[in-house]
Amino acid sequence: MAALVRTVSRLTRRNMGWTRGVASLADLPETHNMLRKTCRDFADNELKPIAGDLDKEHRFPTEQIKMMGELGLMAIDVPDSQGGTGLDYLAYAVALEEISRGCASSGCIMSVNNSLFLGPVKNWSTELQRETFMHQDFLNGRKVGCFALSEPGNGSDAGAASTVARLEGNHWVLNGTKAWITNSYEASATVVFATTDKGLKHKGISAFLVPMPSEGLMLGKKEDKLGIRATSTAYLIFEDCKIPRENLLGQPGMGFKIAMETLDAGRIGIAAQGLGIAQAALELAVDYAMKREAFGSPIAKLQSVQNKLADMHLSVESARLLTWKAAAYKDGGKNYIKEAAMAKLAASEAATFCAHQCIQVLGGMGYVTDMPAERYYRDARITEIYEGTSEVQRLVIAGRLLKEHADLTSW
Amino acid sequence: MWPIFDYGRFVSIISSSDVYGVVWMRSLAQLHKMANLRVLVGVKRVIDYAVKIRVKPDNSGVVTDGVKHSMNPFCEIAMEEAVRLKEKKLAKEIIAVSCGPAQAQETIRTALAMGADRGIHVEVTGKSIDGDNNQTGQMTAALLDWPQATFASEVTKENDHLKVVREIDGGLETVKVTLPAVITADLRLNEPRYATLPNIMKAKKKKIAKHKAADFGVDLTPTLEVVGVEDPPVRQAGQKVESTEELVAKLKDSGVV
Repeated sequence: MAALVRTVSRLTRRNMGWTRGVASLADLPETHNMLRKTCRDFADNELKPIAGDLDKEHRFPTEQIKMMGELGLMAIDVPDSQGGTGLDYLAYAVALEEISRGCASSGCIMSVNNSLFLGPVKNWSTELQRETFMHQDFLNGRKVGCFALSEPGNGSDAGAASTVARLEGNHWVLNGTKAWITNSYEASATVVFATTDKGLKHKGISAFLVPMPSEGLMLGKKEDKLGIRATSTAYLIFEDCKIPRENLLGQPGMGFKIAMETLDAGRIGIAAQGLGIAQAALELAVDYAMKREAFGSPIAKLQSVQNKLADMHLSVESARLLTWKAAAYKDGGKNYIKEAAMAKLAASEAATFCAHQCIQVLGGMGYVTDMPAERYYRDARITEIYEGTSEVQRLVIAGRLLKEHADLTSW
Repeated sequence: MWPIFDYGRFVSIISSSDVYGVVWMRSLAQLHKMANLRVLVGVKRVIDYAVKIRVKPDNSGVVTDGVKHSMNPFCEIAMEEAVRLKEKKLAKEIIAVSCGPAQAQETIRTALAMGADRGIHVEVTGKSIDGDNNQTGQMTAALLDWPQATFASEVTKENDHLKVVREIDGGLETVKVTLPAVITADLRLNEPRYATLPNIMKAKKKKIAKHKAADFGVDLTPTLEVVGVEDPPVRQAGQKVESTEELVAKLKDSGVV
């Protein structure tokens, strides 16, 4: 009996913060509403009109990224004292959703810079490293960074990094190939993960900061992708690439931990990107359904169409609440790994679902490039793959769930 | 002390505060006076411009409950002009003022995020929307006995006065106003900037002074009674004609020509 009471009180204590928080997730704080408006206006005015062209021309939106930098969007959670915007992850999630609603590629670029590059740099770099790698230019949109973990031989299997780094006097020498690196062609720096001690398996991976361009670092050809075409994705090929000894990020062997923690946060970003794409698809479908007439009235009056719209709206709203919760947990210093994985899984599946149904509602019009529906469909697909495939997210969620259950019954 | 009244669409007001008595350094004093300009910008919370206005079933007004509200776009333009004056070092302080319900504070905070230094909120209960009456600027100037330049599409400083280009029906009119003056904004005055995230954060620290109309000895008893609000009449379909002759004939028939 005493044990039961202990458990119940432990559960209540664990959930109390959540209960307090969930009411406030129904409505955003005023600051977040204001920045949501700024981002929405920016996306509607600057990104939406050109998103189609950016996609057709596979063109990096340099000017727009600079403008986003000036708005404070490229370094949202970097502290004010270090030159960033000093806001929280909820603000990041809200801002990223609005930007992605205008242009998914721009959202991707923003997400990689914020979560995948500035994330590890902010959390593990030394003062000296920050002078170069957290220079003002990386915060104001003039320069972007990238994140090199995946390899041709391992994506989900991140612990098997075959890129190696050996210490030679005052330099680290990197050899190996990294695959699928977003922002590769435009980046001025990268965080790279390489094995420094093969015997220690994933505990032998270390993280390094490499300026770009660097001697010994070559870019592979730009991948011709299905979607998010305004971003560049290519191989990073390291051939005896020498970097100063001081460019080791954190301690040797910390690489895997840095990568995993970075990706946990990055998942909230990708969830927000998925929400943006899903919301854009939903709005397009609703707008079209109210205008397109068939059988004598707008198709929005047909039950089949209404069912789709309802399911789409439900999927976006559910994913949004999960995303905001994960962000609120992170901002509150709580363990958010499971929530972030749930958010990313829900939002990416909402994005592909909504984009798919959007094309269906638009019918033939959804299949042609005159309407953005086909671009949403192509852009949405990657959200289920990068920063942890949906399958990996399920492993993470189940892993945390089982752990929580094991903790619970261990009384 | 400003008298309080309903705000219309055009709400940019420029006022000067300190008068410098030392006139012997005339040009310097004029410059100094210019640089010490304080700008009072009225900002109003209205139904969002993109929302379709609906008349209430009882014709007593328009539906405002649950409808999206935001800062009047012309107020945004006025704010932007004030911020530009400050950036050009022609103004020293920008004060955003709003007369309205508690939610008006959100509008003031948006103005603060755009660059206003502080805000004044005069709590006025009861419903209020933008009537598009085109009266506020003009009434303000009359009550203060200040010169006015309305429908401004360009404002430039010239020595100790402002040169304002106004948009009028016939084209453009340029007027010169001495300070202090009342200026109202037109669409082409500028393109308002986005409130950047750092500025949104800074706005949280700026002060908003709260007042009631009674604090200023103003009686809010309405002297106007709204008898009814109706939708505009549905536009009748026009007629297509095949030739100029037919057009002239039809115009003659209807007695117009």
